[in-house]
Amino acid sequence: MELQQFKYDNKVVKYFIIATVIFGLVGMLVGLLIACQLFLPDLNFGFQYTTFGRLRPLHTNAIIFAFVGNAMFAGVYYSMQRLLKTRMFSDMLSWIHFWGWQLIIVAAAVTLPLGMTTSKEYAELEWPIDIAITLIWVVFGINMVGTILKRRERHMYVAIWFYIATFVTVAVLHVVNSFEIPVTLFKSYSWYAGVQDALVQWWYGHNAVAFFLTTPFLGIMYYFLPKAANRPVYSYKLSIIHFWSLIFIYIWAGPHHLLYTSLPDWAQSLGVVFSVMLIAPSWGGMLNGLLTLRGAWDRVREDPVLKFMVVAITAYGMATLEGPLLSIKGINAVAHFTDWIIAHVHVGGLGWNGFLIFGTLYWLIPKMWGTKLWSVKLANTHFWLGTLGIIVYALPLYAAGVTQSLMWKDFNAEGFLEYPNFLETVTQIVPMYMMRAIGGLFYLAGTIIMTYNLVKTAKQGTFISNEEAEAPALVKKKIVGGHWHNAWERKPVFFTVLVLVAILIGGIVELVPTFLIKSNVPTIASVKPYTPLELHGRDIYIREGCNTCHTQMVRPFRSETVRYNGEYSKAGEFVYDHPFLWGSKRTGPDLHRVGAKYNHAWHYQHMYDPTSTSPGSIMPPYPWLFTQRIDVSKTAGKIKALRTIGVPYEDGYEDGRANVDLQQQAGEVVAGLKADGIEASEAQEVVALIAYLQRLGTDIKVATAENR
Amino acid sequence: MFKHYFEQVHNVAIWPIISLTIFFVFFLGLLIYVWKIRKDHVSHMETMPLADDHPAKRESSSNLQISKPHGKS
Repeated sequence: MELQQFKYDNKVVKYFIIATVIFGLVGMLVGLLIACQLFLPDLNFGFQYTTFGRLRPLHTNAIIFAFVGNAMFAGVYYSMQRLLKTRMFSDMLSWIHFWGWQLIIVAAAVTLPLGMTTSKEYAELEWPIDIAITLIWVVFGINMVGTILKRRERHMYVAIWFYIATFVTVAVLHVVNSFEIPVTLFKSYSWYAGVQDALVQWWYGHNAVAFFLTTPFLGIMYYFLPKAANRPVYSYKLSIIHFWSLIFIYIWAGPHHLLYTSLPDWAQSLGVVFSVMLIAPSWGGMLNGLLTLRGAWDRVREDPVLKFMVVAITAYGMATLEGPLLSIKGINAVAHFTDWIIAHVHVGGLGWNGFLIFGTLYWLIPKMWGTKLWSVKLANTHFWLGTLGIIVYALPLYAAGVTQSLMWKDFNAEGFLEYPNFLETVTQIVPMYMMRAIGGLFYLAGTIIMTYNLVKTAKQGTFISNEEAEAPALVKKKIVGGHWHNAWERKPVFFTVLVLVAILIGGIVELVPTFLIKSNVPTIASVKPYTPLELHGRDIYIREGCNTCHTQMVRPFRSETVRYNGEYSKAGEFVYDHPFLWGSKRTGPDLHRVGAKYNHAWHYQHMYDPTSTSPGSIMPPYPWLFTQRIDVSKTAGKIKALRTIGVPYEDGYEDGRANVDLQQQAGEVVAGLKADGIEASEAQEVVALIAYLQRLGTDIKVATAENR
Repeated sequence: MFKHYFEQVHNVAIWPIISLTIFFVFFLGLLIYVWKIRKDHVSHMETMPLADDHPAKRESSSNLQISKPHGKS
């Protein structure tokens, strides 16, 4: 058979690796900063672009899409060429993909601190960037499928299946969750409202973890672990079961992020059942990885690459056991909204993604530069600093989560809350926030050491930009017989369609009935759309990322209805919430029933200096809300956009009347402030924010009053 | 928006039964497949990541001998 000569493209892999390391350092540094802001609020610098609410999305986006994303592309581009015995389909597409992705990251790094955000977690980027992500993702997909089509290897190794699943599913998730109606170039409203928006968002959010942070790295594990250990994967059959069951089950589990919320009960139960089932494929995959090292454990002692990979796979096992356990309602009732969840995701992020990336880089760089690792000793130092970092990061947060949750739920013998002041439960765990930051510092220090070591390694070698290779051409022949799955592995397009079907089934069963059956979201007659001033206030709430630390979801527990002075949150209360703002973490108290709880003056002073009303508060001050003016020129556009997606504002309301109403309501707020001795102006942004906060959760109180 | 279209679909109660059926059939099929997969195919597939080192020195991946500690093939 004729041998064909060709070259593997290492250059694009090199660029993705450089981007991985740079953005990894940046993302971790921002993470460390916001971790410190939680015990040293002065580190918000009194500067609107550097507050926790704006930097937290920057941290998550930098880590997920820049650090882990670039590492994924490096791993995929390296392994795919070799597994398919061909160069990537198109060098031009590879480079469009690389530079396009970096531009998106830069756009995120600029817009998020500016407060341009949709508020939906891990999907915060505004609509023009969403479109750019879609286009670049399609470029990646074309390049990948093109490479598969021109391959010289008849069958696709399991790593390739994971890459295909990643491409297909992320495309579906991103497009469905990003339906939004633009208001201005960098402002949009989610197409969905309330419960439906929450369900779509967490169907996306959960599967972003599954198909951005997990499946591509399982593909990378199935390629790089056998290479590093120099032995085949423990069981290829198990990897087949791992793949199909994982992609089939994962997609159903999203609702476990919404337990005890206003999401219909059946959807919550569905999420729980599938989450618990996920233990099976996840642990199948973990065991398959660890057992690959059978007979080679002696090498784990010496080889830093294997050390990193063993801890990564173990962390994968820990996180994927903990995840299903957290989905059990009883455990979720304690853990949800607390730092337990932050600990959980960082076991996955620092342990699984981080360590697998580090292990892969320590293997790849010497290989691609034709040399040996510059210092094994430094790599070992990095390993121990990183491992210690994960432990020192996670343990205090587990303690913090459980401590705070139990304090929230504690009633004294008289039947009153033991800790009625939320702030008490925060100051209690501040020392644990400090320890967590030390853990993060260790981890970052390890990454800096790695960067130095890798640069030194590259300097002592010579980069092999185009690696020579040869393989026989793939002869087109009709293969009769053989097993049906073997046939699928030869037919990549058909295989891709099957993957699409597998992931769509779960998504459709979960999403369609929630949109379909009216009884899932019982309407409440007294719930009315926001007034123009409240709408501006709500958009300021979104801009400042208030939802990063404050939930708007009183769960049906006595401890919550007592603490948050009102009824638990009902699905019908959120029908005009584009987007929903339920939040996922209570660093501060829930705000759904905060309306009418305090007077205007309290909010005014609290925003100017939180410690003036709440001594010891770790919330940053928001002085710019007092100097910036409400942008009334945007009112009409906002009303029009919301009407398009179903909010019942009268036709023509935006032509003049909306802003008259706005001025009138602002006047009322200012008059209220004046009664308490505060001179405010109707144009101040804080006035709109107060109007919004005072409206929150009060519609239902009107209904109760009328029924009496 | 979507509600208006989906409201016209009836017999929503059938959804859980359909999903259970799909689920059961899917996993049954998967297990049957893995049960019946050919051994030589498995051994070819699992050596793939190891077969691309020193590509110029070999003729085809299937000739590469890899020691298999668990002796499956």
